[in-house]
Amino acid sequence: MSETPTNRAIPDAATQVDIYRRMIRIERNDDLTRQQIRRGRITAPYYSARGQECIPSAISVLLNNDDKICTIYRGIHDMVAKDMPLRPLWAEICGRVDGTCKGKGGPMHLTHPETGVMVTTGIVGSSMPIANGFGWAALLDGTKQVTVAYFGDGASNIGAFHEALNLASVWKLPVIFVCQNNGFAEHTRYENGTSVDFIAKRAAGYGMPGYTVDGNDPLDVYAHAHAAIERARAGEGPTLLECKTFRFMGHVFGDNDAYMTKEEKAAAIEADPLPRFRQKLIDDGVASAEQLDELTAKIEAEVNDAIDYAVACEFPSDDELRRDVFAEEIPA
Amino acid sequence: MSTETLEAPVVETVKMNGLQAINAALSEAMEADPKVLVLGEDIADNEGGGVCGVTRGLSTKFGTSRVRSTPISEQAIMGAAIGVAMAGYKPVAEIMLMNFTTVAMDMIVNHAAKLRFMSGGQSQVPLVIRTMTGGGNQTAGQHADFYEAWFAHTAGIKVVIPWTPGDMKGLYLSAIQDPDPVIIIESVKTLFVPMDTPVNQGPIPLGKANVVVPGSDLTIVSYGQMMFTVMQAVEELAAAGVSVEVVDLRTISPWDKETVLASAEKTGRLLVVHEAGRNFGPGAEIAATAQEVLFGKLKAPVGRLGAPYCAVPFAKKLEDAYLVQPPEIVAEVKRLMAI
Repeated sequence: MSETPTNRAIPDAATQVDIYRRMIRIERNDDLTRQQIRRGRITAPYYSARGQECIPSAISVLLNNDDKICTIYRGIHDMVAKDMPLRPLWAEICGRVDGTCKGKGGPMHLTHPETGVMVTTGIVGSSMPIANGFGWAALLDGTKQVTVAYFGDGASNIGAFHEALNLASVWKLPVIFVCQNNGFAEHTRYENGTSVDFIAKRAAGYGMPGYTVDGNDPLDVYAHAHAAIERARAGEGPTLLECKTFRFMGHVFGDNDAYMTKEEKAAAIEADPLPRFRQKLIDDGVASAEQLDELTAKIEAEVNDAIDYAVACEFPSDDELRRDVFAEEIPA
Repeated sequence: MSTETLEAPVVETVKMNGLQAINAALSEAMEADPKVLVLGEDIADNEGGGVCGVTRGLSTKFGTSRVRSTPISEQAIMGAAIGVAMAGYKPVAEIMLMNFTTVAMDMIVNHAAKLRFMSGGQSQVPLVIRTMTGGGNQTAGQHADFYEAWFAHTAGIKVVIPWTPGDMKGLYLSAIQDPDPVIIIESVKTLFVPMDTPVNQGPIPLGKANVVVPGSDLTIVSYGQMMFTVMQAVEELAAAGVSVEVVDLRTISPWDKETVLASAEKTGRLLVVHEAGRNFGPGAEIAATAQEVLFGKLKAPVGRLGAPYCAVPFAKKLEDAYLVQPPEIVAEVKRLMAI
């Protein structure tokens, strides 16, 4: 349904490998997180984004360190793609004092301003109004910074989505609204909760361009994100990107997926974007299998190091309850 | 409390109402600090400078990039204010009426109030939320509620309800520079009554109550437009020979326990009067704290006056019955005094 942006950008070879690196970083991190939870080594609610790797990976290669993201509880892949260091990330997942948020946020609420991860919200739809504030700051500061607001298809039905898109359009804010449409809002199928067949259609209601993108094709995501980011940096305002994908692990890790058909899940896993992109890189001569294996091994070592680091960290002390409520400490 | 007998320095005053005081505070703050921003519905001069004219002149003076009218989108207003605050600005975001904060509760309660804590101190949200409310104007149940208890109950946001124009200016100046979110609830009536206000009123610290009238028989703690009602009752009581000490709380959270409890201990009796519903209202917190700390030292149980358990009514007669009136305060004081 969506027109392709003009001057469709194609990532060069190094950028393609970088996209793949980020995808593998997400996949290894996700796989090992689930493994650690299964083994009882860590206890945490976990919302796997397995299957959605290529969306933030293809976008993050276009972002600078000071470009910002606001994401959601199913957003660890967005942070990993933005190259958040894994040690503090894992320490936060494990609720340790060396975590990005001293163990006070946990896996649904990570923050890491150094890599531009400004807000991770557990409230569906709330990433978008706050992202607008960062967009406004960029206009006031006169920088070319952009902010990416990540959210799911379910979030496009909450009022915050509509209010945020309207304001961003009226104020011409440099915000990219990226819907990772995995077909399910918690346990509700897309068509049972959403009035339009494509979320990108909703952009028209707010006077901004909207595109439905193959969220499993890194090159399609890259091309559309490239155009949206250029547009935002040029002061032309926001764009809505709907990236269609599928989540392999259900809503929360451990749920029984009864709301999915076995066939559709199997088909999605069969079409796993990760091995497909790997094969493409090899077929196109962009990288060799050995190079990619080496990359994977290096990343796996990085993840394992982060896990071992995290579980060895201390839990926060109880007096952390009195800190960070306000700038000044609350008296005991 | 201070036992100093030094005479208060003579302060030059000018008659000013709340609208003018807040306008002056915003204007001074914006002039002094380019990071201060104002946003809200209809607040720029093209749209009238705010529904009551509080922000009149500011967009002309500072430009519409710093003084921005917004769509009627409370979640969008609060979200933009939170984000821009986290990016280093000091936004003053207007939610026109307090009842409309309900539309933006997620942004205020889950995000503005909690982001510092949940980020382990990395995120700062130096945001001021301006809002207005209050009975007595026949605006009924969706335009007049006092919901300060909701916000006071939420960790991470300070709650201010000023009474005098001088306090408004001083508390605004402090709130804008505060590194944390502050909601300032303006009682409608207090915006329109001119009062003597110190020329060049400077910042007044948040969290400090004001002993407005010294007294010896009983302490009344109140705030906002209910202070007018209290002051009328206190005059009547004085004529009847009862000496009431009046404490204007000014900041509801964190509240000034020290001043309130010292006063209650001194007079031996405490009555809390507020416009918000009596059930689960701020008076309950103050009364419970007073009995915990002053058990055995008070001569009477702590009294509480607030609105009945119903929505704010429209009919003038019902609205008068809904709001605490001076005779109720007089009667309650007399009951606590056993006279």
